[in-house]
Amino acid sequence: MELDALMLSRIQFGLTTAFHIMFPTMTIGTALFLAFLEGAWLKTGKEVYRRLYHYWVRLFALAFGIGVVSGVVLTFEFGLNWSGYSNFIGDVLGPLIGYEVLTAFFLEAGFIGIMLFGERRVGPKLHFFATCMVALGTTFSAFWILAANSWMQTPAGYEISAQGYAVPVDWMAVIFNPSFPYRLAHMVNASLVSSAFVIAAVSAWCVLKNVERETMMKSLKLALLMAAITAPLQAFLGDQHGLNTLEYQPIKIAAIEGHWETVSEAPLVLFAWPDMEEAKNYYEVSIPYLGSIILTHSLDGTLVGLDTVPAEDRPYVPLVFFAFRIMAGLGFLMIGMAFLGQWLRHKKRLDTSQWYLKLLILTGPAGIVATIAGWITTEAGRQPWVVYEVLRTKDAVTPSLDTSTVAISLVAVSVVYLIILLVFLKVGARMVAQGPQPAGGTV
Amino acid sequence: MELDLVVIWAAILVVGVIMYVVLDGFDLGVGILFPFQNNRGHRDHMMGSIAPVWDGNETWLIMGGVIILAIFPRAYSMILPAVYLPIFAMLLGFILRGVAFEFRHRSPGTEHIWRKVFAGGSILAAFSQGIVLGHFIGGFNFEQSLFEGGPWSWVHPFNFFTGLALVAGYGLLGGCWLVMKTTGELRAWSRRMAIRFGALVMIAMAVVSIWTPLVDPEINRRWFTMPDMLWLMPVPILTGLAFLGLWIGLFRDRTLQPFLCAVAAFLLGFLGLAISLWPYAVPRVMTIWEAASSPASQQFLIWGALFIIPVILAYTCYTYWVFRGPVSDKDGYGHDG
Repeated sequence: MELDALMLSRIQFGLTTAFHIMFPTMTIGTALFLAFLEGAWLKTGKEVYRRLYHYWVRLFALAFGIGVVSGVVLTFEFGLNWSGYSNFIGDVLGPLIGYEVLTAFFLEAGFIGIMLFGERRVGPKLHFFATCMVALGTTFSAFWILAANSWMQTPAGYEISAQGYAVPVDWMAVIFNPSFPYRLAHMVNASLVSSAFVIAAVSAWCVLKNVERETMMKSLKLALLMAAITAPLQAFLGDQHGLNTLEYQPIKIAAIEGHWETVSEAPLVLFAWPDMEEAKNYYEVSIPYLGSIILTHSLDGTLVGLDTVPAEDRPYVPLVFFAFRIMAGLGFLMIGMAFLGQWLRHKKRLDTSQWYLKLLILTGPAGIVATIAGWITTEAGRQPWVVYEVLRTKDAVTPSLDTSTVAISLVAVSVVYLIILLVFLKVGARMVAQGPQPAGGTV
Repeated sequence: MELDLVVIWAAILVVGVIMYVVLDGFDLGVGILFPFQNNRGHRDHMMGSIAPVWDGNETWLIMGGVIILAIFPRAYSMILPAVYLPIFAMLLGFILRGVAFEFRHRSPGTEHIWRKVFAGGSILAAFSQGIVLGHFIGGFNFEQSLFEGGPWSWVHPFNFFTGLALVAGYGLLGGCWLVMKTTGELRAWSRRMAIRFGALVMIAMAVVSIWTPLVDPEINRRWFTMPDMLWLMPVPILTGLAFLGLWIGLFRDRTLQPFLCAVAAFLLGFLGLAISLWPYAVPRVMTIWEAASSPASQQFLIWGALFIIPVILAYTCYTYWVFRGPVSDKDGYGHDG
């Protein structure tokens, strides 16, 4: 691996996107949770909802602020590091991101002030409206950015101009490209699952430590209910997304599955060490037929192998292979935890099962880690293309970019992000430990 | 006459940039004034006055960037690599000051760190923007759409000067904003700061107005050739009047007038810049028509711009209305720390 401007730019983009996506993953789900809490308070008048709202909105604000500023970086990196890319896709994806700014960023930014600071200045209903607008903004944002990303995976509705860049022909085909509905559902639900587990972990900690036990029990039950619905749903959505990928990007599936050769009666590879040079797996542990059954729903369905494309058109298999297993493994772990929670609740043993509450604290970051692993799977699995089978990543990088320039920015942004992450965890932990403020307290 | 969408888009972009410069200008300005304020309570009020709105203000910058990507993609992919390091420094500045809002009041005992981060980030962002602006005016060194100037070509005295000028300008906007939004001792202090930064801005604007035609002969021709010179005369005259209004407002201790006049001076400054650079998307290299994306791209987004921007302006005004009047102890952060 040569550390040239291209490789450093890829590392930098991967790092800055992975850092950024943690925060929207938390805020999309939490914003909806907050809208629910405030709505429930307005409808029932029960104080517990109001206190929970005030507790969670402060943590939400912390994550939201970092999400906003880390997102700005991405908008400019398209041009800084990837001028070949921005020149090629500007006509098609520029307007989509334009609509994201107009319908989502402004909506969030316009109402977040009232949501966080305006409680004394507007009535409860208007304040609830502001909360809903922020939640709506985060969802709109996911819609447009997933449309843009999906177009890079399954480009449609465009043609290549005489000057050699993509121009739109059919906007509906561009936006609702073949993989878009699957990716959107999978990502929005991922942030619901992730938020549910973060909320559950924090609530479980408070219950264990007797910080506002009654209030936080309510929070825990709500989060576990959310998890019990969304975690199994995610397995179904993921399966559907996988079948869609098999249709449009079979090589990515081959990398995920560790299938080097095209075979019928394909096994499900549980573990292996994929070797790029030898083009085969070491230490493979697999279950016969199961690969064909899952992906083609028949015993002898044929699955395309990596050998159908030349070596230079294959993604880096180990990264895709392991990232997928981390995502799927955590996914099943979360389904198990969610069902266990419902069973304990049914047996009325939730608040006394200390072992389960401790496990919940450990699985708090599971959703966020799984989301990042999922993004690595899909983005690394698309390589060596940035726009699938249309534009190669090496042609997307800024041609004039100097290695030392990217090295400077990469080091600077890594140091700053590391510090921010550490302070975020420290400040967040302190706010968690404070528990909900007494009734009538401020946001 | 056929409606030229490219011109309409250029106008929307100018409006977006002006919205950004004025709105984020005053809140970056509050950060620029931060190191000069020694009173913790006053600093809380300063930050509280922009806490509910800074996020929205910064969104105009993202909009500007994305309009260039969507409507002028050829310029976007040419300009950004040429100013890689200053843009990156600006982004780091934004990140640092953005997280300082959240961290400053929530980690006890660390206010002295986060107030410096907030000030440093604001100054870094403003100074970097000024460098980009200066480099943009001076023109880049392009060869076949490939940037050939090297990563450090922006290191030039003129660019450093525009960097300092923009810091001073934002500081002035910040001071005038605080005159409007604070009371008592803090307001008196803000007024003194506005006067100092206002003096700096006048000097800087005069120097830039003389220096720019020297840097670029084409700008020289545009401003100092008859009969164009007559048509363009109102711009410097109105700028002079805006400054006169600013000084009268500051010395007579008025509330609204200094901010409005400072904004007017900024608008005229940018109008002057737009006149200097018209019709280039990349000065002297690429016109807005050459940089433009396909008509289908422009048409698709124009609906959003025409129908959604007014809605955005409406709820932005509403937010400012909700938080109208001087900031008080009840506002902003600092109650849960």
